[in-house]
Amino acid sequence: MITEQQSIIVKTICRLLVPFIQVFGLYVIAHGHSSPGGGFQGGVILASSFILLTIAYGIDEIKRRCSLATVTLMTSSGILLYAGIGMICLLLGANYLDYGVLPLTEPRSIGMLGIEIGVGITVMAVLVSIFYDLISFE
Amino acid sequence: MNYLRLLVTSLTGCLLIFGSLDIVNTGDPNSPPSLHVSPRYIEQGFEETAVPNMVTAVLADYRSFDTLGEVTVIFTAAMAVLLILRMRPENES
Repeated sequence: MITEQQSIIVKTICRLLVPFIQVFGLYVIAHGHSSPGGGFQGGVILASSFILLTIAYGIDEIKRRCSLATVTLMTSSGILLYAGIGMICLLLGANYLDYGVLPLTEPRSIGMLGIEIGVGITVMAVLVSIFYDLISFE
Repeated sequence: MNYLRLLVTSLTGCLLIFGSLDIVNTGDPNSPPSLHVSPRYIEQGFEETAVPNMVTAVLADYRSFDTLGEVTVIFTAAMAVLLILRMRPENES
């Protein structure tokens, strides 16, 4: 069980770093289709920010802000978003995950962004969920 | 008995080395894997997907069903850890 750090230096540095880590993670996800990156990498970066917060502030504080049920829900909602985009393509008359029929400009690019977001949500939630489970286990 | 094991291991090793002799050189433009679909991805990828990152175009568009399976594998790992570690023994007093 990880409890709250007593050192004010550790807590302040973590609080300063976490926004930058999370913005970088979102950038890696959002630019995955035009530069190196993608859902897997960005999800891992986002999860690392949660793990850093847990090390500094303890598991109880983090569970109060982002409960175990929320994380478990996000684990499956990312896959649901991914499969849902595929189902939308299916309902619009194309093959499963064939983004060309989406009524958007550059539909394939936007479709890829959508599934990268789904992958990112799932990867982040999976890593955070496993981390919560491992450190809460008695 | 140990000689038999040594023989089997050596034979398997020889078989694997023999098989590895036919693996194509990495980056050889005339090897069979580079002649089938790779030129299509490289030449038509940008026009078809409007995505400059070729790796993402292959992973998320041409082979998106494969990526869906990868995400499902990760999801299954989380569910397995959840089932093992969050399970409370019923007979615990």
